[in-house]
Amino acid sequence: MNWILENLDLIGTLALEHLRQSLWAIAAGFLISLPLGWAAWRYRSLRGLVVTGTGLLYTIPSLALLMILPVVTGMSAISEANLIVSLTVYALAIMVRCVVDGLDSVDPQTRSAATAMGYGPGRRFAAVELPLAGPVILAGLRVTAVSTISLATVGILVGVTNLGYLFTNGLQRRIIPEVLAGVLAVALIALLIDLLLVLAGRWLMPWTTARPQRARRARNSAPEAVGTR
Amino acid sequence: MKFPMRKTRAGSVLALAGMLALAGCGASDPLANEPSTGASGDAGKTVVVGSQAYYSNEIIAEIYAQALEKAGFTVERQFNIGQRDAYMPQLENGSIDIMPEYTGNLLQYFEPDTTARATDDVYDELGKALPDSLAVLDQAQASDQDSYTVTEKFAKDNGLASIEDLAKVSEKLTLGGPPELAERPYGPKGLSKTYGIDAAFSATGDTTVEDLVAGTVNVGNVFTADPRIKTENLVVLKDPKALFLASNVVPVVEADMSDDLAAVLNPISAKLSAEALIDLNVQSTVDQKSAEDIASAWLGSNS
Amino acid sequence: MNLLRDAFSWLTDPAQWTGASSLLLLLGQHLMYTAIAVALAAVIAIPLGWAIGHTGRGREIAVAVSGLARAVPSFGLLILLVLLAGVLHKPEAAVITFVLLAIPSILAGAYTGLESIDRKTIDAARAMGMTEREILAKVEIPLGLPLLVGGLRSAILQVAATVTIAAYVNLGGLGLPIITGLNLRRYDMVLGGALLVAALALVLELLMALAQRMSVPRGLRSTSTAGPPAEPAGRGADHANTTELHRDRTVERTRT
Repeated sequence: MNWILENLDLIGTLALEHLRQSLWAIAAGFLISLPLGWAAWRYRSLRGLVVTGTGLLYTIPSLALLMILPVVTGMSAISEANLIVSLTVYALAIMVRCVVDGLDSVDPQTRSAATAMGYGPGRRFAAVELPLAGPVILAGLRVTAVSTISLATVGILVGVTNLGYLFTNGLQRRIIPEVLAGVLAVALIALLIDLLLVLAGRWLMPWTTARPQRARRARNSAPEAVGTR
Repeated sequence: MKFPMRKTRAGSVLALAGMLALAGCGASDPLANEPSTGASGDAGKTVVVGSQAYYSNEIIAEIYAQALEKAGFTVERQFNIGQRDAYMPQLENGSIDIMPEYTGNLLQYFEPDTTARATDDVYDELGKALPDSLAVLDQAQASDQDSYTVTEKFAKDNGLASIEDLAKVSEKLTLGGPPELAERPYGPKGLSKTYGIDAAFSATGDTTVEDLVAGTVNVGNVFTADPRIKTENLVVLKDPKALFLASNVVPVVEADMSDDLAAVLNPISAKLSAEALIDLNVQSTVDQKSAEDIASAWLGSNS
Repeated sequence: MNLLRDAFSWLTDPAQWTGASSLLLLLGQHLMYTAIAVALAAVIAIPLGWAIGHTGRGREIAVAVSGLARAVPSFGLLILLVLLAGVLHKPEAAVITFVLLAIPSILAGAYTGLESIDRKTIDAARAMGMTEREILAKVEIPLGLPLLVGGLRSAILQVAATVTIAAYVNLGGLGLPIITGLNLRRYDMVLGGALLVAALALVLELLMALAQRMSVPRGLRSTSTAGPPAEPAGRGADHANTTELHRDRTVERTRT
């Protein structure tokens, strides 16, 4: 364990790099998936194409994507941009589907009510549909965040330095605590970001935490009651 | 209905996040990790030092980097860029200026069919084979070349001293090494062509020495500066038919910067002996010191 | 698309399909690791998931442990286990890594499957005099099957995509041409290997989609509302997790 204590600087620097690379990909994946998911949900004809198409991206092995993407985009394979774009691709593979699922979960009657109140499509999306789809989208975002942070480590195999460095360097030098430090640091960052997302979700969507109380009070009412309330 | 309130909070955060993302892209441009290219010779003396994804190479790169910093250069480190095939394009297009290299392997990269084998021949040939934009500075005495290595016991049991002797081994030969060895001129194909010895190949990668010791392979492609040759009692087989090229440590640099860099790096190469390199590696794997500490200590006692 | 053409000519070169590192052998290894890991994970996670779903207890722990398991990077864990166990135990290290990867999806599939069942159905079964064991075996498990198969589907896709890193520690699989090509800058090898992995994942995905459709109990198929409709191929890896939340809301609604 001495190795970890003596190299806290290195671990910290790598962790920051790692976090920065991951956050860009998570944010980009999230922001791109919203319009894409919305379009797929709104226009039935696009749906199969977009959902299946982005989902298919997940089957590409990450190492291969990191190598092939530069050939397509003209970026340098060893650049951080290459890793971030690759991670964004995987984020999209998870997120687009979740946005569609989330929008699907909005009760059509709620939507009708909003329309009846005079909400136009844009305002209805921002004020009604998106917030109501929020919990499902948040769940997707949490999965995306955790898997992106863990996946980013393969960047080291093409020369993008982050916490993955501790894996390959530790293996070459046979320093077990070095590899262990990498695994722990990645897991900690992932859990930390996950926690922040949960807290952000509670803050942005206070009604999701209020629900259980309401549900308890309404324990004996018919299931349909919730839907029509 | 509390929609409007929610909308403001969720909506504004979303908008803010979007703006930050966009602003970030434009301003600080964190995606642009590409080191500045082209006119790196003049203004400000910024140089980019690269290294392979190999701990020993990283130590040498760090020595170069620190020495250059002491000499007043601004140094950018672009370490751990995998194999030669990965970073050579970066070196050729000028996004990396300096790379610690190994003469033989580098020559074979440019001239797979080269016949040069001895240290000085290889160095001379390399000078000719390099693209015009690149140059090599003085080579060090230290070498870290590929070898075919066996355990002491395997060598004794089969009376092995050279690669030729492998023909006497009755059991099946399995050669362990990095995955790409399968395609290298000195890999299993070269072994068969040069020595007439056929061996199966196993992509043992970073655990080649462990696999050799554990017996999952009986011949390993081990670098000669690996400290474990000594600590694990391994035997480096002699190479009478010169399958491997002498491969001394040498800085490869942008040609138009070579004079400036030579003044700093040639004295370093002059002091980097074979024992010194193994000692640096021991400090990394056994004493578990960081490349930074190893480099500064070595520079402190060698300048 | 020269790149693609190179990859295809590499793939169709007979030399790739013979010898010690024939693609057929690598494909076999890849499938073997996927199958063993998912099967072991299923043996661990399904009974556990059913127990959680049936009793309604331990869910918080399961969610926490799954979250932790998802946060562990497979690549690092594999290297750590190889270093700890030694090179003679590389296969075991790989299997443990992939089992850990597969467990969260399967576990979530197992308990959300049970939780998604309308409480009234289970109350009806209880009223008919079924024992707890019968309720589990005859009502909960069959009705929860589509979501369980969905969890297995996610797990298989995830493991099949991740087994590519096994080549990094010399365990073969379709990652071998990718890693070799990576170091040699041989794009035809990299892309060829990647195409094979993607094709394999697609085939597995289609098979599992079919299995998921078949897993809806016959009585429910025509008027099916319980089972999710067969979904398009290539869903995100951890869909079971989002389904989980989705189901939470359904569950709450049905329970109130």
